[in-house]
Amino acid sequence: MNAATPVVELKQITKRFPGIVANDSISLQLHKGEIHALLGENGAGKSTLMNIVFGLYQPDEGSIEVNGKPVVIDSPNKAIELGIGMVHQHFKLVEPFTVTENIILGMEPKKGFNIDYKSAAEQVTKLSEQYGLQVNPHAKIQDISVGMQQRVEIIKTLYRGADILIFDEPTAVLTPQEIAELMDIMKRLVSEGKSIILITHKLKEIMQISDTVTIIRRGKVIDTVKTSETTPSDLAEKMVGRNVTFKVDKKAPTIGETVLKVSDVVSKNKDGISVLSGLSFEVRAGEILGIAGVDGNGQSELIEAITGLRKIDKGSIMMLGKEISNLPPRKITEQGVSHIPEDRHKHGLILDFTVSENLVLETYYKPPYNKGGFLNAEAINNNAQKLIEQFDVRTPSIETKARSLSGGNQQKAIIAREIDKNPELLIAAQPTRGLDVGAIEFVQKQLIAQRDQGKAVLLISFELDEIMNVSDRIAVIYEGKIVGEVLPEETNDQELGLMMAGSKKRVGDDRG
Amino acid sequence: MDKFRKIFTLDNYIVPVAAVIMGLFVGAIVMLVGGYDPILAYSSLFTQVFGDMYDFGEAIREMTPFILTGLAVAFAFRAGLFNIGADGQLLIGMTAATFVGIKFTGLPFYIHAPLAVIAGGLFGGLWAAIVGFLKAKRGINEVITSIMMNWVGFYGANYVVNHFLLVPGTQQSENIAPTASISIHFLTGIFGNARLHWGTLIALVAVVFFYVYLWKTKQGYEVRAVGLNPNAAGYAGINVGRNIIKTMFISGVFAGLAGAFQVLGVFQYQSVFASSPGYGFDGIAVALLGMNNPFGVLLAAILYGTLTYGSAGMSFGADVPPELVKIVIGAIIFFIAAQGIVRWVLGPFYGKRKKEKVL
Ligand SMILES: Nc1ncnc2c1ncn2[C@@H]1O[C@H](COP(=O)(O)OP(=O)(O)OP(=O)(O)O)[C@@H](O)[C@H]1O
Ligand SMILES: [Mg+2]
Repeated sequence: MNAATPVVELKQITKRFPGIVANDSISLQLHKGEIHALLGENGAGKSTLMNIVFGLYQPDEGSIEVNGKPVVIDSPNKAIELGIGMVHQHFKLVEPFTVTENIILGMEPKKGFNIDYKSAAEQVTKLSEQYGLQVNPHAKIQDISVGMQQRVEIIKTLYRGADILIFDEPTAVLTPQEIAELMDIMKRLVSEGKSIILITHKLKEIMQISDTVTIIRRGKVIDTVKTSETTPSDLAEKMVGRNVTFKVDKKAPTIGETVLKVSDVVSKNKDGISVLSGLSFEVRAGEILGIAGVDGNGQSELIEAITGLRKIDKGSIMMLGKEISNLPPRKITEQGVSHIPEDRHKHGLILDFTVSENLVLETYYKPPYNKGGFLNAEAINNNAQKLIEQFDVRTPSIETKARSLSGGNQQKAIIAREIDKNPELLIAAQPTRGLDVGAIEFVQKQLIAQRDQGKAVLLISFELDEIMNVSDRIAVIYEGKIVGEVLPEETNDQELGLMMAGSKKRVGDDRG
Repeated sequence: MDKFRKIFTLDNYIVPVAAVIMGLFVGAIVMLVGGYDPILAYSSLFTQVFGDMYDFGEAIREMTPFILTGLAVAFAFRAGLFNIGADGQLLIGMTAATFVGIKFTGLPFYIHAPLAVIAGGLFGGLWAAIVGFLKAKRGINEVITSIMMNWVGFYGANYVVNHFLLVPGTQQSENIAPTASISIHFLTGIFGNARLHWGTLIALVAVVFFYVYLWKTKQGYEVRAVGLNPNAAGYAGINVGRNIIKTMFISGVFAGLAGAFQVLGVFQYQSVFASSPGYGFDGIAVALLGMNNPFGVLLAAILYGTLTYGSAGMSFGADVPPELVKIVIGAIIFFIAAQGIVRWVLGPFYGKRKKEKVL
């Protein structure tokens, strides 16, 4: 390791929010050419700390040094001036603009009064070659994949001259293939002399790529260790404060009648292209059906069709023997369908509602929350109090806006709400995205508990590990169709990977 | 739109208060530049309003439509809708009330007056609901349709007055039947014949209704959910389209009532307008100033009414053209919209407070 002056040094940073100390006297050193991972539970204060480094928040106490000089970072512009760049979890790109336009936005090279677009595009190409970040400089953001968009964000920071890059959960939204590519990009960046702070919940990634790990729990630094001298279980224990098992225990399923039966569903999008093209499967009581597939093969559309947000053109969707296709969402919910949506900010929460308001989002119109047309504040608050305790949602209070909860705790709040409805069918889309290992374990246990109570669970996930560990049966989706079904104990990553890429279903396995 | 939302729903009262002070300050500077005496001007403005009972009563009358149109704009905004059409809704409501007030004769006052008020609210509401319907079912932006409906409402109101209600040879309708009047006679006596009416009381009730409905009822929960995140609201089974229509209806009822009261309580007749009186547009300013909060709207309407009514006093007392008040109002709104400036001015105070907390 480098013993010279650290490129960034945080000294005793403290940041308080109403009701909570998000960062409690945190010190941290980032050295040149290093990848420094930040690990911590949901709500531990990682994003807050990085937002301080990037000038979005001001610390209440403590100081920051960059290259040995004390600095005050009072705005992102100041951070950029100091060579600090941040790749946020939610990208900040202008959709109808091209890659180049987004990258130069605010720092356009000028030729007279005009933007020198040509030299800008050249510069983008140069940067992308130098760091192995393949992008098409002329493509529009709305037409490129999430992984590509992230590269644009990275080039944007490099274009602004960043030497220190902060990545806040960069892999949460990526496919396994894109994650592997990002890892290569990060290695390339440090070999070119950049330094990186990486926030991630995935221990595998930390072990694979980081040099140093700092573990934070409830706003405090627990330890800083060299990656080569630690193990995943050691890290998990330090972070959660207890032993974490990575393998979820489950007993053999007791399978009952069919709960959800989807047959030959066809749904077309606005342009008349089939996004679901004759899709069929069923989920039975007491089992977890995992749907594996590469992003964009109809998963989101399938969920929309089941939950009533998308009309289907052909086929049927039966819930406990009743046709539910093309019914309004509330009618479907009332048949006993719960849903943990993939995009929690867009579909799962009303960010400017309080936690307690969010926890009754689907039940507010029923007693005891609705008393003769009026909201029963007491019942709503009691419900919230009960759920945040039961599901360990860390929030300063139930009156806090959902917006100021950490990402993981927002997810826990949704899960609490959906499971508490005691559904017959639980649809879980990417339920553990952005959760810490402890919380992942908790959520997966909850899914299994639902199944053990005789409920049907439909799990949609891009994480093969999760699909393999949790499901009782796996269906693979490809181009809007189920192309095959396998049992987790009889398959492996390779086979699943092939099926997800569109190869035909295995001969002689037709247990569905 | 997001930017708009941010501007419109700060939950911080410091900015508007500071904006008002800064707006008055800007007005003072303009007066100084124009060679007037700002202190004399502002004091005559306030004397005009608080000087005697008649003027005080008239100022209260002046505030009433501002309260209601402010509520109309603010209410729609809570559901994520920008109701620029309060002006047309007001005129349609006014016309309906006038029509009932003139044509339905022979009713006892306790039926006639409420009926005329209800007609005003109802027609204002329906007029707005058309905009909501087009948005919900056809996805047409409400700003565009409500601007169009303003013109339709304006000419429609004049048409009805011209063809059905006109006193021949004049530019105004007949007077409404006395049974439809909502003047408060015992108060007008006390206030030196100022035109006080029950509408003011109803406007205050509307303020409370706004608050209770939005934050205490099941339906209000839905409206707010749709306003803050229509996607999640739809996912949770809330019928987004129906809520848009309903919200526009309620918003239009507020505006329609404002129009009805102008006739039933103040003028007793309706004019053929050469141009719209513009209360609906003032409502946008009032809602903005009141941060879309019902009590904020009430305070803002009081301020707005004080300034506009007092402007006459300013020209008497200090020879300042009454239009100057428009500059003050414009400046206040500018400072609310461009909050950055206000925060910058307040910066030193904020800084001091923060430090005190840490130490
Ligand atoms: N703007 C804010 N206002 C109030 N509280 C906040 C705000 N931002 C964060 N918090 C609180 O500070 C704590 C730390 O949040 P932070 O987002 O830093 O967590 P995190 O470690 O990034 O978690 P996750 O892994 O879930 O993203 C949380 O309890 C959160 O509720
Ligand atoms: Mg975070």
